[in-house]
Amino acid sequence: MHLTVNGKSHQLDADPQMPLLWALRDVLNVKGPKYGCGVAACGACTVLIDGEPMRSCSVPLEDVQGEIITVEGLADTDGTLSQVQEAWMDLQVPQCGYCQSGQILAATALLKENPSPSSEDIDDAMSNICRCGTYPQIRNAIETIAAHNQKQEG
Amino acid sequence: MSKTGKITRRTLLGAAVLTTGAVAFGVYAYRKPHENPLAASDGDKQRSFTPYILVDAENTITIIAPRAEMGQGIHTTLAALVAEELNIPLAQAKVIHGPEGAAYYNRTMMEDGAPFAFFDKGLLPELARDTFGVAAKFLGIQGTGGSTSTIDAYDKMRRAGAAARIAFVAAAAQKWQVGPETLQCQNAQVSNPKTGKTLRFADLLQDAAAVELPESPRLKSPEEWTQLGKPQQRKDLREKVTGAPIYGIDIDLPDMLYGTVVLAPHLGGELVSADKAAALAVKGVKKVVAIKSSFGHGFGIIADNTWAAFQGAEALAPEWQPTSAAADTLALRNAHSDALKTDATFSMGNEGDAAAVLASIPSGELVSADYEVPYQAHFAMEPMNATAQLIGTKLTLWTGTQSPTLAKYACAGALGIENDDITVHTTLMGGGFGRRIDNDPALYAALLAVHTDGRPIKVTWTREEDSAHDYYRPMARARYQAHLSQSGKIHAISADIASQSVIGSFMARNFPSLASGGPERVVLDGSFDQPLSAENKAFNAHIVPTTVPAGFWRSVGYSFNAFFQQSFIDELAHAAGKDPLAFRLAHLTAPEHAPAVHLLKKLQEISAWDKPRPAGTGLGVALTASFGSWVAQTIEVTHEDGEIKLQNIWCVADLGIVLDPRMVRQQLSSAIIFGLGQAMEQDLTFSDGQINETNFDSFTPPQLYQVPPIHIELLANSPTMGGAGEPGVPPVAPALANAIYAATGDRHRSLPLGRHVAFS
Ligand code: FES
Ligand code: FES
Repeated sequence: MHLTVNGKSHQLDADPQMPLLWALRDVLNVKGPKYGCGVAACGACTVLIDGEPMRSCSVPLEDVQGEIITVEGLADTDGTLSQVQEAWMDLQVPQCGYCQSGQILAATALLKENPSPSSEDIDDAMSNICRCGTYPQIRNAIETIAAHNQKQEG
Repeated sequence: MSKTGKITRRTLLGAAVLTTGAVAFGVYAYRKPHENPLAASDGDKQRSFTPYILVDAENTITIIAPRAEMGQGIHTTLAALVAEELNIPLAQAKVIHGPEGAAYYNRTMMEDGAPFAFFDKGLLPELARDTFGVAAKFLGIQGTGGSTSTIDAYDKMRRAGAAARIAFVAAAAQKWQVGPETLQCQNAQVSNPKTGKTLRFADLLQDAAAVELPESPRLKSPEEWTQLGKPQQRKDLREKVTGAPIYGIDIDLPDMLYGTVVLAPHLGGELVSADKAAALAVKGVKKVVAIKSSFGHGFGIIADNTWAAFQGAEALAPEWQPTSAAADTLALRNAHSDALKTDATFSMGNEGDAAAVLASIPSGELVSADYEVPYQAHFAMEPMNATAQLIGTKLTLWTGTQSPTLAKYACAGALGIENDDITVHTTLMGGGFGRRIDNDPALYAALLAVHTDGRPIKVTWTREEDSAHDYYRPMARARYQAHLSQSGKIHAISADIASQSVIGSFMARNFPSLASGGPERVVLDGSFDQPLSAENKAFNAHIVPTTVPAGFWRSVGYSFNAFFQQSFIDELAHAAGKDPLAFRLAHLTAPEHAPAVHLLKKLQEISAWDKPRPAGTGLGVALTASFGSWVAQTIEVTHEDGEIKLQNIWCVADLGIVLDPRMVRQQLSSAIIFGLGQAMEQDLTFSDGQINETNFDSFTPPQLYQVPPIHIELLANSPTMGGAGEPGVPPVAPALANAIYAATGDRHRSLPLGRHVAFS
């Protein structure tokens, strides 16, 4: 089996039924994607596959097609954080942080598709659960980026 | 004057439970005074100054923040206490949880067990707190809970920073043969402004280590603070936005095995069948072993990776004999109703004679109402897990725990080894909310490590195991009764609360050999200890005997009693024909209630309480005093097309001293959303001894779209420092229920409110 994760290609020998999440975590030691529910209900395991946010706990390895980006792959190689990660730092979004790699990837995908999402767009796109209740901070971070993007365009 | 009124002998027995503990562990703790757990690593390269500070030869300052970091930002705030007095910028310090040690015992957590309102500073309450504090010292339990971390650390950790600073200055003074008062200490170096000479802490390491540390150094007054009282950047932010492997579930060790557990339903009986062969046939599964403990019993699966272990558990498909005690929600509800028909088990905070007064008044003139809440599970985002390695009799644990001390107790007992044979690495936690004060994850990992020939094993629970083997916030039922005077004031009020014993359940699994019992304040927390002026008051607990495992859930008893009492106060206000906020103010007449008066007035202003709102819009208010802090909230809802929509939440809180205003606001906001969970949709029901809501598809915490703007204001009129993590939870459910009443005219007396209304 062959996987491209954060620009690196990997050959792995694993059960084709194994969910992508566990292949990433236990086989490839990519620990950013988190296990929260295993049934596509929480979003902690979110990764981008060809830019689309996917819940990796519910994608068997054999169905994976495309390039995988995890939270580890968002910063530049020199450590410069992505715009979303920066906003997450500035507004101090994370509490326990466990859901945040999924939240950051969901927000990244949203902003890529829609650089200045409305409040309703944010409501619709951000369905990952955060038990710490960081939703107001998440919303604030996305809105801050959206406002910035709008200014850039305008 | 004490506002708790008559203290019966039985009430004080609550203290006795814990003192029994002190006797049991006391001899051990007494013979070994709390030593500095860092001293063992003292040497040329590194020195410890108090149990909280490490300085190395590279001038790296490491601060020990010995409390569970599960999202509250506690590592950052505790480190700031030290940094402030050490006179270094927090950014310069590294922060770690550090080793387990009795030196890190939590005195405040135990003191809060004394059965009094926190704002009651009378002689008896203070005496009781002292007794509990002494017990805490003996027990030496390092633990995080009860919103106590900052309160407990406030003096200890500032003193540590100051003492270390004084030692470095003294060492430099001696070296330079000048008076210490002529020197300056900043950024981990001591300088002499006269000569321009500077020495780093690292250069003074051994000399400073030889200085005897002052026990009560002078501390800065809050006016002198440069870091405390101001927002600090969290120390763990970068890791948390880059996906660094910082949680227990991320542990990766050479040669590590993976595992999971599949346990009997809590109330289940003996094993009927299990397909071991099928489990072993799963590719990657190596062993299936039996688990037996005071926490639970069942099987552990040892495998090559987590997924294989999960599949092995599924293939094993054990069946368990049901027992007569198997929990069932209907039966449990009946048991709670029945308990209310029997005599109270104990009472707290009684004043006057509410029972006699209420009995003397025709029932038609009384206001009464029954309320109910279901069980709640924690559903911390990171499912339970722990990693263990056993080499000979030496056990090493890596686990996200709220009490590394109790992790040691649990494992030492089960493996027949000494506490000192165990090393605990406490990791960051993906949430805790009280669940991680119990250490069954570490215990099961240790029991599996017995079978791995010295290889480390990481044991990760499935979400379904996590929820099915939680220690639940208990179900509770209340009957409130009151009589209003002519002037519309509460003349007499009584509360009868039926629920199970959280402490009893906790003690039985954590200290199975210790008898426990007697009154405990948890079941009445949020009732007897609230600011409420009335001549006749009675708060009676009716303990329900059930075997459902109960535990500590963010704000515990307050999470249901606030709903009961603050809903009932609202009902009384309406019965008296008064405005609910004004009615509350009219019952805050004692001098020690002053902070609450300020809160309500502020809330009235910022939520524009008195502004007429259109039909279909409702505003509800609630006030609670818990964990040393005062919190009042209003929630605004609209009722449109048969749906309830939350529009705004206003929250005013008084924690006395605020160490980091941004962190405190975030904790309040987090607590409000946690509170919305139980208020809106989260239900937990039992059938045949098992819970029905085992995953996020049926146990449904709020999502982003459901959370309205939250407006928070902090006041500082409270004379003492309060906690931050929990006090925001209790007022949420009653404020929402009261708002729905204001908007619709329908009074809902049970949670979750999603059973009664549709939320949009
Ligand atoms: S773990 Fe994949 S959605 Fe929850
Ligand atoms: S930050 Fe803890 S679950 Fe989201």
